[in-house]
Amino acid sequence: MVEQLAPLPVVLPLLGAAALPVIALRASRRVVEGVALALAAATLAASLMLLGGSMHAPFTYWFGGWAPRNGVVLGISFVVDPLGAGLAVMTSGLVVGSFVYAIRYFDAVGALFHVLMLATLAGVAGLCLSGDLFTLFVFLEVMGVAAFALTGYEIEATGPLQAALNFAVTNSVAASMVLFATGLLYGRTGTLNLAAIGAHIARGPADGLIVVAAALLTVGFLVKAAIVPFHWWLPDAYASAPTPVCVLFTGVVSELGLFALARVHFTAFQAVLGANARAMATALVAVGAVTAVVGAVMCLAQDRLKRMLAFATVAHAGLFLIGVGLLNEAGVAGAALYIFTDGLLKAALFMAVGIVQHRLDDVDENRLHGKGRALPGTAVLFVAGGVALAGLPPFGPFLGKAMIEEAAKAAGFPWVAPFMTVVSVGTGGAILRAAARVFAGWGPTERSDPYQSSQDEDEPEITRGRDRTPVTMFAPALALLVVALGAGLVPQLADGIASASARFASSAAYGRLVLAGNGEPLHDVELGPATSEAVLYGFASVGGALAVAGIALERSRFPEAIKGISRGVFGGGLDRLRRLHSGRVGDYVAWLVFGAALVGGTFALTLRST
Amino acid sequence: VSALPYAVAAWIFLIGLYGVVTSRNLIHLVISLNVAQSSTLVLLVAIGYKRAATAPIFYDIGTTRPVVDPVVQALTLTDVVVGVTVVALLLTLVVQIHKETGTLDPEALNPMRG
Repeated sequence: MVEQLAPLPVVLPLLGAAALPVIALRASRRVVEGVALALAAATLAASLMLLGGSMHAPFTYWFGGWAPRNGVVLGISFVVDPLGAGLAVMTSGLVVGSFVYAIRYFDAVGALFHVLMLATLAGVAGLCLSGDLFTLFVFLEVMGVAAFALTGYEIEATGPLQAALNFAVTNSVAASMVLFATGLLYGRTGTLNLAAIGAHIARGPADGLIVVAAALLTVGFLVKAAIVPFHWWLPDAYASAPTPVCVLFTGVVSELGLFALARVHFTAFQAVLGANARAMATALVAVGAVTAVVGAVMCLAQDRLKRMLAFATVAHAGLFLIGVGLLNEAGVAGAALYIFTDGLLKAALFMAVGIVQHRLDDVDENRLHGKGRALPGTAVLFVAGGVALAGLPPFGPFLGKAMIEEAAKAAGFPWVAPFMTVVSVGTGGAILRAAARVFAGWGPTERSDPYQSSQDEDEPEITRGRDRTPVTMFAPALALLVVALGAGLVPQLADGIASASARFASSAAYGRLVLAGNGEPLHDVELGPATSEAVLYGFASVGGALAVAGIALERSRFPEAIKGISRGVFGGGLDRLRRLHSGRVGDYVAWLVFGAALVGGTFALTLRST
Repeated sequence: VSALPYAVAAWIFLIGLYGVVTSRNLIHLVISLNVAQSSTLVLLVAIGYKRAATAPIFYDIGTTRPVVDPVVQALTLTDVVVGVTVVALLLTLVVQIHKETGTLDPEALNPMRG
């Protein structure tokens, strides 16, 4: 019975997106908001039912009943497994939260915001469930186009327009690469179904065509996931989009690139990699590490709160890639839990920034110095968010991080645990520094950032400086924070994710489910409590984050000699790194081509050397 | 199968990207992107091509004539729609940027950076 509901998480929001503009012609703003909220909630309910239905055993849905006959796959399928359905649950939950938050965020709002959010939701849900490569591409584009438009929602302001342009151009190039690879794989295998592609290419060695297709898919998905050197569009877009949109973006939109990468790898490419899996994992983990460092450094360098959170998103995308890039079930399990909890947390932080903006009409850390004393509730959100982001045991993000660290150690990357600690010291420290400056007025005010341009953050349609925080803005932020933190206190959640990830990472079981229709039940996994080593790293990273925040606040009072040394060691490099984030789409696409050549070269070397 | 269509597709993709990277006019930039996207159309049609085969419309040709692969043609149509959507949206953004800043030169804009 629940099998028949599989298309609902896509159908419901798409119907809503189509109906809302018509409803808006006649009805008031409140009715439009109510209908949109009801549809998002219905999508959440449908996704939850799919999650519940697939928790015992994953299942497939063939559109029009075109199931495979004698091994020939003609139909189009949705494959529902707990990780995909779980991501759909998380996304629809974020959309519900964002819709509630937006009630008081926008002064005036037409149906357009809700239409685009629902279209994005439909794209995400479709991507989570898609069982073939071309529908995956189409849903990626549905999500993308709606997301580009949402970024440029403030159509009278130049900052968001340019950010939307950068986002759209880079991601469209990436989409073309995905489609190019899809075409090549279809030409080779005669099918678009992921399981059938996997079964076909597992028969032979990885020849040139497979290598090119795998490289193009990887680059395409890494651009979507904002992995260095493809990450440039993300800070522009996330700093410019309206805050209710950022809530959705930071939680799932970039993470979906990693989901798609993992899905395609584990269904289609895992078998053909064979002995080269280790080399591939090393490359992906290394790229993730570079991304995490760049993101954390840039995060610390920001004093615009939204852009700071955007770079925290980049840094943590790098950490997620370390988990996914291990290419084994333990890594996927850690990444899944980390993406879920960390995504909700970052969404809550974006909501908190939006409250600051709503009340104080600014998002610049230095200009806001001490002004946040009037907002104790928001301060609590910020500080709790900062320490949880740094990975305070035993809360959700800590557990996800600990699982990745353990998986990395088992896979022969023992440096990952201290490395992840350092990165979360950076991102957590940046948030805590901003919180101390804004809400407590600690540290001297610094001169404003030379990189600011006049047009940042202007959202002309919204009046600011209200004297009360609306409960519709505070409650969703608090709810997301509580879920993100609480997820670490429910061991069944981590166990469930581990058992789902074991299935997600098994291309053989996926093949049997899709091609032969054998829905095998999941195997139970029991993880046990986090190791004391992980707990130690967790506390170390929170302590480090507090120390970094303190140093950053008081750095202007340090003796001149120390300042000179630190400028000499870090200043030049940081300045060069910041100048690379030029905001020009031509530069971004040039980096994309360079990165694609790099990935292609690496693939050619590692995959053909057997 | 000749390698020529594949080489052409790769060339169109790269020349389009070259246009995007070097462009000094946003409309030119968007159309260059469209050129790059079009490479996938060439690739898809080339993959489905068969010598001396006809269009896969089984209205008056019987079922014995060889036809080209209809699947890639369906993909091509979908891809055209996707491409048009993206280009239309981008051109809207460009019109709006011109309205707000009075220029179409990406170098003359003052974007968010750092």
